Amino acid sequence: MGGYAKVKFLLFVIPFLIYYSAQAKTIHVGAKWEYKSVTAGIQAAKSGDTVLVDAGHYKEKNLIIRKSIVLKGLNYPVLDGEKRYQIVSVMAKGVVVDGFKITHSGISSLEDLSGIKIYDGHNVVIKNNILEDTFFGIFIEKGDNCTIENNRITAFNKAEQQSGNGIHCWQAKGMRIMGNTITGHRDGIYFEFVNKSFIKGNTSTNNIRYGLHFMFSNDDTYLSNVFSNNGSGVSVMFSNRIRMLYNSFLENWGDAAYGILLKEISDGYMEGNRFTKNTSAIYMEGANRIHMKKNTFQNNGWALKIQASCMGVVLERNNFIGNTFDVGTNGSLVLNTFKNNYWDKYEGYDLNKDRIGDIPYRPVSMFSMIVEKYPTAMILFRSFITTLLDKTEKILPSLTPENLKDNAPLMKKAF
Amino acid sequence: MKKIIKFVITDILRNRTMMVYTLFLLASSFSVFSLEDSNSKGLLSLLNIILIVVPLVSIVFSSIYVYNSAEFIELLVSQPLKRKSIWLSIFGGLAASLSIAFFIGAGIPVLIYQANMIGLTMILVGIMLSIIFVAIAMLAAVKTSDKAKGIGAVIMLWLYFSLLFDGLVLFLLFQFADYPIEKPMIGISALNPIDLSRIMILLQLDISAMMGYTGAIFKDFFGTYTGISFSIIVLLLWIVLPVWYSTHKFNTKDL
Repeated sequence: MGGYAKVKFLLFVIPFLIYYSAQAKTIHVGAKWEYKSVTAGIQAAKSGDTVLVDAGHYKEKNLIIRKSIVLKGLNYPVLDGEKRYQIVSVMAKGVVVDGFKITHSGISSLEDLSGIKIYDGHNVVIKNNILEDTFFGIFIEKGDNCTIENNRITAFNKAEQQSGNGIHCWQAKGMRIMGNTITGHRDGIYFEFVNKSFIKGNTSTNNIRYGLHFMFSNDDTYLSNVFSNNGSGVSVMFSNRIRMLYNSFLENWGDAAYGILLKEISDGYMEGNRFTKNTSAIYMEGANRIHMKKNTFQNNGWALKIQASCMGVVLERNNFIGNTFDVGTNGSLVLNTFKNNYWDKYEGYDLNKDRIGDIPYRPVSMFSMIVEKYPTAMILFRSFITTLLDKTEKILPSLTPENLKDNAPLMKKAF
Repeated sequence: MKKIIKFVITDILRNRTMMVYTLFLLASSFSVFSLEDSNSKGLLSLLNIILIVVPLVSIVFSSIYVYNSAEFIELLVSQPLKRKSIWLSIFGGLAASLSIAFFIGAGIPVLIYQANMIGLTMILVGIMLSIIFVAIAMLAAVKTSDKAKGIGAVIMLWLYFSLLFDGLVLFLLFQFADYPIEKPMIGISALNPIDLSRIMILLQLDISAMMGYTGAIFKDFFGTYTGISFSIIVLLLWIVLPVWYSTHKFNTKDL
């Protein structure tokens, strides 16, 4: 369809839309209205109507929406799944679900019972809901241009198989996931085959497995999200052209926990992210052409674990402050570039006062190579002998990769 | 006994070496805190001082002091005093004065710049190490009556505890890398008070890195109350056992 045809199409469609919206009714549901149950209210509604639900406790079994309606709760009416049912199933386009408290869904790994499940949804909006004790929180099974906004999603199960994902998207595009808070689920936000989507301002904390987990999802943008205290941090795999800007990755602790795990990721861009107090802030394996700029790595165990399988990764103008180890690696092959970063462990000088150190900085210490091979050696960290080994290695590099160095380290913080 | 302790303390505190030691600690701790851009980095530099300088000064100074007061000790022995109380008073005096010197030299700057859990652990560990190495020095001094031999022995002991032991541990680590040696490592670390002290501080300083798999095993042990009490008890044993043994030796020694 060309531009002109599009305009013609719109000119044809808009009068119909106006006609329908003029016809739109508001249906009230509640103890003092004609319709006592939400199911009855929805049955009475036509596409384009608004169903307003008063506060109360509704046991609707599985509430199925097959019409393009606005379903709006006043003062958070409770939709209860009685620990047996899926609670809301959206099967139409343009549905809005707003302002409900959705609790106690059933648990079934076979059917993926959810608080709200969207089947093949277009332009569906799920906003301002509180989801508590649901197996999956909001589940999108094929979606296009949907908005998931300002929901608060909490689960309480401790075991991975007892808990689904907070926001789960499968085969979707153009999603907008904004301002949600997710706690206690298996994965906070889970994407599989989700493209061209925008994830902004979400907080994902204390989830059992990952705060954010995505695979095969290309061209997505992550902005200003906070991922903290998740069982294994954040894991992103097999995706291209991801942009991650101004996110915070905090306190993801454990041997298999990463601030962010980048596996088979290509052409990504990361700027302004903060990594604080993670065991490994970034773990990269098979990552290609990732550009990292102006990120802050502070008080991590390892700021960066970059495996020799990574290629074309560029790190520039990042701050590395107070990390136990700056960089760890597993081989001597280095196909990545480090330039103009600030390393607080840098001991060089700047004779010409151009704020760039005159001698290169080698972020991989000998002891970090030893620990990579013999993890138990961690017990000897900061002892006299290991300090001695590190110093000799700095002067005569033999174990550490020769080419892994920042040729132009900054003398002062990059920003 | 009190009188002897008091005498030993005043005698040591007037000693020029002790003044220099205190001033050195004071100068280095203030300079690391003011030169480094973050206080935690200062703490790291101070850690090296505590783990290397404090044991060295304690062990060498105490052994020399014991050798130099040989005549004074003989004089005391000729008095109607128990040998045990003479020996323990000298130990008490040395331990107290070295602890005071450490507290003034390093403790006060730490309290000024880093009055938190890490700082307090560091002060505790420093004082413990001072006392432990006094105890070891006295044991070495009572075992060898030749001064030159004795001082050589304590320097070797210091070298062993601060360097050679870790080298041995590293060697063992490489040799037994294929076995689950994390738990035996905890036991082995108890054999060296410097290592034990270092681990106690490490667990607070590098907590993020220690949360890795192996680190977590150490953390699970040393980070709990049982672990902390274990470490403190072991450190106390490092004081009590040498003191007890050296007192026993001194009791039966032909002066």
